Amino acid sequence: MTLAPTNPLALIAELTHRCPLHCVYCSNPLELESRSGELDTLTWSRVFREAAELGVLQADFTGGEPLARADILDLVRAARAAGLYINLITSGLPLDEAKLDALVAAGLDHLQLSFQSAREETAAEISNTKSHAQKLRVLEWLKSRRVAVTLNFVIHRRNLNQLAEMLALAESSSATRVEFAHVQYYGWGFANREQLLPTREQLANSIDFFKRAQERLSGKIRIEYVVPDYYAKYPKPCMGGWGRKLMLITPLGEALPCHAARVIPGLQFENVKDRSLREIWEASDSFQKFRGQAWMQEPCKSCDRRELDFGGCRCQALLLAGDASATDPVCSLAPTRAKVDAILEAANQPSAPAASLTSPAWLYRPNPT
Amino acid sequence: MTPDLNSHPRLAAGCRLSENNQQRVLLMPERALRLNGPSLEIVERCDGKHTVQQIITDLQQLYSKAEPKKVESDILDYLARLRDQRALDFDG
Repeated sequence: MTLAPTNPLALIAELTHRCPLHCVYCSNPLELESRSGELDTLTWSRVFREAAELGVLQADFTGGEPLARADILDLVRAARAAGLYINLITSGLPLDEAKLDALVAAGLDHLQLSFQSAREETAAEISNTKSHAQKLRVLEWLKSRRVAVTLNFVIHRRNLNQLAEMLALAESSSATRVEFAHVQYYGWGFANREQLLPTREQLANSIDFFKRAQERLSGKIRIEYVVPDYYAKYPKPCMGGWGRKLMLITPLGEALPCHAARVIPGLQFENVKDRSLREIWEASDSFQKFRGQAWMQEPCKSCDRRELDFGGCRCQALLLAGDASATDPVCSLAPTRAKVDAILEAANQPSAPAASLTSPAWLYRPNPT
Repeated sequence: MTPDLNSHPRLAAGCRLSENNQQRVLLMPERALRLNGPSLEIVERCDGKHTVQQIITDLQQLYSKAEPKKVESDILDYLARLRDQRALDFDG
């Protein structure tokens, strides 16, 4: 048995899968969980206390749209009373000024506002909702509230030509932090990948842009960016390693080592209604499954980088190589790298212009009942 | 850029001191720093009341065996690093 090497640092609390947006790259699973089975206030409150006892420092309140929970203020108070730092990741749609004040008074530390674009029409296309004007209102309200603000832009083939506008929006706000996160290809993003994967040129330009912005805004705004790993030489250390730093709880109470873990066949996930967080973290089969190195195949097993990237992402190995224990296919050393190269080649065909005017056939994420 | 000796550093919105398992930590968006010894002494004084110079003087007294110039440069480096992480604001 592989012992848990560390305690988790962050708890990702997927409070609900309900959401007014329908983003084509949503990180929720394809099978969304329904409202009727969602954990109640008392159970979440116990989970927050157990998390703090386990050494967790931060709670990420996410969804879906976490503000869709009618008890959101009670949940913020409970997490804060447990000693956790509270990040709220929101679309801003259900907010008004009174709600914002109540959240700050309840102990919210950090609000991360998601943007689909800097332009109304792109945002509407990506989220299949009219939401951009409301987000701009929220940015104005935030200027007079004492709470940390992050703007999060999810970027991809269709909006990479708008980076300067996105940064200008951040500079006109009270944000001290901006995330430019390239779409990750799981779930809905995987289903819409062909329309979202950037070209090599778009990616190179974006990295130049971020480096210049970091230099210019040093000490004012922290700029963080995540590159699409399909273009990387080595895989990302997904979730900081399986069962090493993070624990995700779904709306129904299942504890997962990562957002997409449910795609891996044969894994049984424990529910916080039946087990304590400590038991799940330390001893559940699902959290043990890819801990340490015993599960690794070659070339990971003997690779010098195995303690840097932990073999990459298990869900991506399943999605692209058909085997969750395989080396992440994005790794240049992976025997299956040719599959990723073929995908990139298609994305970089001159016949596939990056910002085509014809509207692609998006698969939109629905709102569960 | 070196912080101004006469400015008053204070924790930025959304940054606060906390404790977990007897360990003091500075919590900030998506990040946490463990604080021990001098780093804790510095951050506890980032309250908008102490000037950078007062923090330096305090720590030079607390760590009187250390070379005073070294204490000063270490503090200025640490404050600049926290500013770049957007954990500190510097009031005039």
